[in-house]
Amino acid sequence: MEAERRVVVTGLGVLAPNGHGLAAFSDALRAGKSGIRFHQHLADAKFACQVGGIPEGVEELQNRYLTDEELRAMNPNMIYAAIAAIDAWKDAGLERLTHDSVAPDWDSGAILGTGIGGIDTIAEKLAPKTNEGKVSRLGSTMVEQIMSSGNSARVAGLLGLGNQVSTNSSACTTGTEAVVMAAERIRRGFAERMLAGGSEGHSKYIWAGFDAMKVLNRTRNETPAEASRPMSASAAGFIPGSGAGALLLESLESAQRRGARIYAEVLGGYVNCGGHRMGGSMTAPNPTGVQRCIRGAIARAGIRPDEIDLINGHLTATFADPHEIGSWAAALELSPERFPFVQATKSLLGHALGAAGGIECVASVLQLDQGFVHGSINCEDLHPALAPYAARIPHRSLDLPSLRVIAKASFGFGDVNGCVIFRKFVSEGPANGQVDR
Amino acid sequence: MNEQEVFDKVVNILKPFVRDQSALLQVTKETSILKDLKVNSARLVDIVLEIEDAFDVQVSDEEADRVRTVGDAVALIVDRKK
Repeated sequence: MEAERRVVVTGLGVLAPNGHGLAAFSDALRAGKSGIRFHQHLADAKFACQVGGIPEGVEELQNRYLTDEELRAMNPNMIYAAIAAIDAWKDAGLERLTHDSVAPDWDSGAILGTGIGGIDTIAEKLAPKTNEGKVSRLGSTMVEQIMSSGNSARVAGLLGLGNQVSTNSSACTTGTEAVVMAAERIRRGFAERMLAGGSEGHSKYIWAGFDAMKVLNRTRNETPAEASRPMSASAAGFIPGSGAGALLLESLESAQRRGARIYAEVLGGYVNCGGHRMGGSMTAPNPTGVQRCIRGAIARAGIRPDEIDLINGHLTATFADPHEIGSWAAALELSPERFPFVQATKSLLGHALGAAGGIECVASVLQLDQGFVHGSINCEDLHPALAPYAARIPHRSLDLPSLRVIAKASFGFGDVNGCVIFRKFVSEGPANGQVDR
Repeated sequence: MNEQEVFDKVVNILKPFVRDQSALLQVTKETSILKDLKVNSARLVDIVLEIEDAFDVQVSDEEADRVRTVGDAVALIVDRKK
């Protein structure tokens, strides 16, 4: 068997509730800027949780990326994915093929996931017209907006992708799973470049089910920026978010051949499921499954646990946060003093569901590239179970030029887990050598 | 509404579906909706719906299938409005 190829990140795109584009997003991370706001449409629909994370300025932004013809067949989930994917593609220095180009790029593909997909289109257009007996009035754009693969399918056409194009869906693990799967495809030689990540629209229809489950925080409608409280003693549920994050993953050979800027290396990743056993269920993680996933990613990456400098956790602000840190501690077998830094990007964005992993992987790679650790807000009142780790949970951003390795994990409904290990790029190989940039 | 007004209104309806907007500069009654304006054929369904709404007419599937050019669409509407 041929040696596995190295996979690097050469492009990033992000559309988040607290910023669009790499400069605005990394500024927001550094500043601890919350993207959570009050939304009247949630109050009107009598949601208990009336705050959420929705990217701002998209109506204006979308016309710079998409034609009227394209937009009329796209819901927010697809629009967000398109903006992040085009940004990542261009950031990698790649050209966008026009519609009339003779052939697609056979070596480039996309795995862009979504958790809920186009349910807003179903609720607002498809179901009402169908129930009224007006099927003939639905027009031609329903299927492409409600098919699960709508987001990746649209991106394929926008960029002329000719390799595997697919949408994965594994609830809140989706974006991270996409990165793991896309990296694997490149590693095994089936593609040179893959866009990877996830997107999620914002809609009361996407969020209502979570509100009904009483897993959203209903106690901070008056103070939206304080509503998303991962790791806090006063955490009372997550805050729904939306947006998209996309990474352009590339074989090291291809990146070096093109002279591309390399942000980071994807050392390895792992996905699994706890099987709804050993304490796991549809909505709760089997801790053994979580630990096996983390250990699996570390083993695939070929590193020691103490080489991890920063954990970008799943950490949503439900009861599960202390259990998650417990699983990290069990998997890494490190004492609190030797524990990596821990952060919750969701404290700033809310939980963007199928987009969360993609956006948070972009946040992870940006921090590696720029050498900083963003603070986690709203956990000054740290959960008592996390007290031993207090010194490892920065509330304000700190510069950390020595930042080398980040472990990013996502865990989702269905008891599914994903973990990926990013490292600052070292050209000489995984075992030794100077840091290149 | 005279034929020119119908023509202008049809072109306006087609506008958002046309990928190459420059093709609209030379549009005549002979212009093919699919070949010249490069409208995605799947979107003809939407164009028919918009024509029905804009002119308050009903267009059957068979009639819609016979429309190839901008002029075909105009003729169909003018005939229906008589």
